[in-house]
Amino acid sequence: MDPQALQTALKARFGEVAWQYSESPRGQRRLVVPAGQLESYLSFLKTQCGFDLLIDVTCVDYLHYRGARDRFGLVYILGPSTSGERLVVRCYLNEPDLTVRSAVPLWEGANWLEREVYDMFGIVFEGHPDLRRVLMPEEFAGFPLRKDYPLRGRGERHNFERITRNQS
Amino acid sequence: MDVSVPENVVVTRLDSLASWCRKNSLWPMPFATACCGIELMATGASKHDIARFGAEVFRFSPRQCDLMIVAGRVVMKMLPVLQRIWLQMPEPKWCISMGACASTGGVFDTYCVVQGIDRFIPVDMYVPGCPPRPEQLIQAVIDLQDKIQREGTLMGAEFLTEARQQPKRALLDIATASNSPRPQPLPILPNVGV
Amino acid sequence: MASGLLDPPASTIEQEYRWTLNFGPQHPATHTTLRIVLEIEGEKVLNARPEIGYLHSGFEKIGEHLNYNQYVTVTDRMNYISPLANNIAWHHAVESLLGIDVPPRCQYIRTILFELARISDHLLSNGACALDTGAFTAFLYAFNQREVLYQVFETLCGARFTTSYTRVGGLMYDATPKFIEQVRQFVKNFPKVHADICRLLNRNRIFVERTKGIGVLTKEEAINRSATGPIARASGVTRDLRKDTPYLAYADFDFNVVCSTAGDCFHRYLVRMDEMLESVKIIEQALENLPPGPFNVPMADRTVLPDKTRVYNTIEGLITHFEVVMTNRGFQTPRDECYTAVEAPNGELGFYLASDGSETAYRARCRPPSFIHFAMFPHLIRGHLVSDIVAVLGSLNIIAAELDR
Repeated sequence: MDPQALQTALKARFGEVAWQYSESPRGQRRLVVPAGQLESYLSFLKTQCGFDLLIDVTCVDYLHYRGARDRFGLVYILGPSTSGERLVVRCYLNEPDLTVRSAVPLWEGANWLEREVYDMFGIVFEGHPDLRRVLMPEEFAGFPLRKDYPLRGRGERHNFERITRNQS
Repeated sequence: MDVSVPENVVVTRLDSLASWCRKNSLWPMPFATACCGIELMATGASKHDIARFGAEVFRFSPRQCDLMIVAGRVVMKMLPVLQRIWLQMPEPKWCISMGACASTGGVFDTYCVVQGIDRFIPVDMYVPGCPPRPEQLIQAVIDLQDKIQREGTLMGAEFLTEARQQPKRALLDIATASNSPRPQPLPILPNVGV
Repeated sequence: MASGLLDPPASTIEQEYRWTLNFGPQHPATHTTLRIVLEIEGEKVLNARPEIGYLHSGFEKIGEHLNYNQYVTVTDRMNYISPLANNIAWHHAVESLLGIDVPPRCQYIRTILFELARISDHLLSNGACALDTGAFTAFLYAFNQREVLYQVFETLCGARFTTSYTRVGGLMYDATPKFIEQVRQFVKNFPKVHADICRLLNRNRIFVERTKGIGVLTKEEAINRSATGPIARASGVTRDLRKDTPYLAYADFDFNVVCSTAGDCFHRYLVRMDEMLESVKIIEQALENLPPGPFNVPMADRTVLPDKTRVYNTIEGLITHFEVVMTNRGFQTPRDECYTAVEAPNGELGFYLASDGSETAYRARCRPPSFIHFAMFPHLIRGHLVSDIVAVLGSLNIIAAELDR
């Protein structure tokens, strides 16, 4: 879908002020939407604008980012299944309310991707069928990809019992 | 008293005989987690052919193995599995830590990667490299064979020595830091970077 | 015996035949470290619950601490059966963030390497799939060719498969004539071996019966579950980023996108086999037309380290060298975010980079195809037999390091 038509469609559906569309010099297309309405935007993009392939779900923690106003930027990357264009849909989240509606009802593929974001950043997806940690152990506390979590961890990696030659 | 022995009789110690048998029929348990596992496969495949050293019988059941080759990094979630598999292997058993990640954590000095499996299980042989070439792994198997021949005993007494119970190099900083003149372990570094 | 006590209620009988079976995390057929908890009834799989994270090593966290050139060593270890594809994908993403266009020679060399990586990946995934379904010979044939490719890579950059060959704005070294000669030799011999493997497997009754009709993924499901790469193409999604958004030098070459509509394990295997021949076609064309000239962006751009002869003999070279290696004086990055993807052997491998103007990425997200493909495993295996698990796993080509990162 070409950018003009996309913006017209979005204007007709959501008004003019709620969202921002921009394009980078290298042709990256971004759409910033309000976090509360994320699901309806995604649903609209999927059903009306042809972006029926979910490419990726990820998140950026802007804690140490100079000049950032929001703590987390949640990113959904969409594309049509008929061409190679990509659209980055982003919404901002702040503590303490780190909750958005899940996109699993729209795309089955969002299931693990959202679990990973939950695992790494602690963002809660409402309506997700199975929101558990996916990469870290269940009992792990903390969210490793947040900027306030140290690279070398807090000692969890060596919190195990040791086996000597005699015991085995 | 003269004892005449026919020419086709070999006299040896029982310990040496047992070690000789053991070293030439090592059955590896490939604990292959990451990239080194591919080189481990290459070592077993036709060109390098670890069968030349009697160690080609890769068994995936730990109950049938006596050599564990840990190939690849071991992370928090995997370590209990590794320990359990090690305990399931019958004696006598040896362990080769293949590659930088298994030996020291390698480039992955992160929150979830164990910085050397020798902190948690006994290791006999370390193979450097990231990943080691198949030739290096074969050299490690040869060295391990030498080690088995040199100090092996029939009843496995060499495993019970005090020296074998000592924590390995990587362990020293946590286990003995408090009661030795060694410097304290470094504190966990703050979040550098941005 | 008709006492009501001994008659179990009907529901219990049903449950008696239901087992929970643990598969992995250390199991030969997983090839990597993943765990599946299966609910089976007799031999039929009713449900599967995958557990991953047994190789989670914090790649994305490291990406926030290493600069754009250093991180390439970590991408080697991401999809370790085609490391060159990851190297190129990473630096392609960085270059598109920085707005660098690499010279044509570099693009051609990268294209050749990318396709060699694709061949080596498909050889292993098809070989391992065959190995798991009982065809050992095909695996050895495939691995022999991988050894040849390893030697080619070793000639090029001195390492068998942790290559770390690319740099921001170019390559570590130029391709040598010996490397080109070896690649020529490889593409000349490869179709014969390819035909051998096809003859071993394509009409092999055991292999075909164990893979045909197993793990069917329809086109709608493939789109709904975000499948990309050979898996989506085997299901009839005719997408290939090499054609859709031609990057590197792909626009210059004539090649076909291999597709199928059946979407089962056997057709995933066939798509991979045919893709290898297309890759050979691309490599041949690239070798014929390999342009001369520089393989790095000009020294004045101050992104790549200059050639050593210039460092030792000219003052500009020396200054540039120091400026590139010094912190704070290295290349400038925009404060921007950017998603760039390439068609990796396994599917769409993308990097979402957020930069805050320093020479280290603020966030280096990798879109891992294995992770997304493994999420649909329970769907593919439901209703099949226990022995089909290995066929499905093999055809999805799950690489743990990419799965868990």
